[in-house]
Amino acid sequence: MHSMTTTDQHIDEILMPILETVSDPEIPVLSIMDMGVVRSAIIIDGKVKVEITPTYSGCPAMDVIGDDIKKALKDAGYDSEVDLILHPAWTTDWITPRGRKALEDYGIAAPLEAEADKDVLLHGKRIVKCTNCGSQNTRLVSQFGSTACKAQFQCEDCQEPFDYFKCLK
Amino acid sequence: MKNENLYNYILGIADNSLILGQRLGELTGHGPSLETDIACTNISLDLFGQVRSYFQYAGKIAGDGRSEDDIAMLRKERDYKNVLLVEQPNTNFAYTIGRQFLFDAYHLAFLKELQKSPDLTLSAIANKCVKEVSYHERFSSDWVRRLGDGTEESREKMQEAINDLWMYTDELFHQTDADKEVVEQGIGVDVTRLKDTYYNYVGEVLEEATLVVPESKYFHKGGKNGIHTEHLGYILAELQYMQRAYPNMEW
Repeated sequence: MHSMTTTDQHIDEILMPILETVSDPEIPVLSIMDMGVVRSAIIIDGKVKVEITPTYSGCPAMDVIGDDIKKALKDAGYDSEVDLILHPAWTTDWITPRGRKALEDYGIAAPLEAEADKDVLLHGKRIVKCTNCGSQNTRLVSQFGSTACKAQFQCEDCQEPFDYFKCLK
Repeated sequence: MKNENLYNYILGIADNSLILGQRLGELTGHGPSLETDIACTNISLDLFGQVRSYFQYAGKIAGDGRSEDDIAMLRKERDYKNVLLVEQPNTNFAYTIGRQFLFDAYHLAFLKELQKSPDLTLSAIANKCVKEVSYHERFSSDWVRRLGDGTEESREKMQEAINDLWMYTDELFHQTDADKEVVEQGIGVDVTRLKDTYYNYVGEVLEEATLVVPESKYFHKGGKNGIHTEHLGYILAELQYMQRAYPNMEW
């Protein structure tokens, strides 16, 4: 298994713009690069070897992401092989600042730090910002949402329901 | 098979998640509320994802071309090694939550130990799963408190569920012969050492939930050695139907 002990990404610069065109099928505004699921992409003897890591074990998007990567690389003239790796485990820290902004613009509140996340999900603390009006007067509706990575919230001011991307560390 | 003990050990871990995942999946569209429905099926999805990682690894160890699907779908009832707790029916929401909490508290403690395994695939899977299962345990323990410390009716139902499911908890800390071998090799987790911490923690949550820790000292066992309650046959009938009716079918 490649890079067993490091959290570093190894992405060939040439491949970057190609991989950035591939988006998360569940969150189309978010590139898989901003999501941090691509851990390495290198060219060996003209063939691209890509390693991706799942956000959650059961994430059904991983198969689609694998296929989309192969297609994007094929369109750019590369044959490729995509492997799923589990270590090191994905964390929400790998979502880039641009990714966080894309989430917020799309209506999904970006993950808080671990302690704050716990306060919100366990103790009902009202600090998650509504993605519609910005109010922090928001209420946890459910710890689980439309996908494994999200929780459901509702804004008590503008009444808008929205998703919150749970902190995973 | 060269590494049969490790193969069986992995199946023992994975079958718990597989059968519990299937049970929770039954709630798709049938949960007591939209939010709890989604929560239970999300947990189910996490468990199935974890099962895939374990079975892929088990398939590699078997080395005879068996795929993750073959291992999941084509074994007979006696070859499933899950504990009896996870095959117990959903009955009502208190049972679903009680079963989940009694399993999650164990599962989380187990995975924290498995993270330290020198087997790099198992520790990688555990590293991944432990984050997800932390959420499961938060959800289930939170609901135990809510229902226990809720209305008179919810408290009564939660207590009844805990009383009925309690007799399946001791088996979590049993070891099969294969388990013992793998523990001796330093790869597996010695579950007997998790028992005291488990019962202390579960006791604390039940107390917070104003529930009584059952006093019964009679415990069922057998699942880990393939001797199951009648429920498993029905679960497998549904789980395996497509592969049995249309062998080798794919999506």
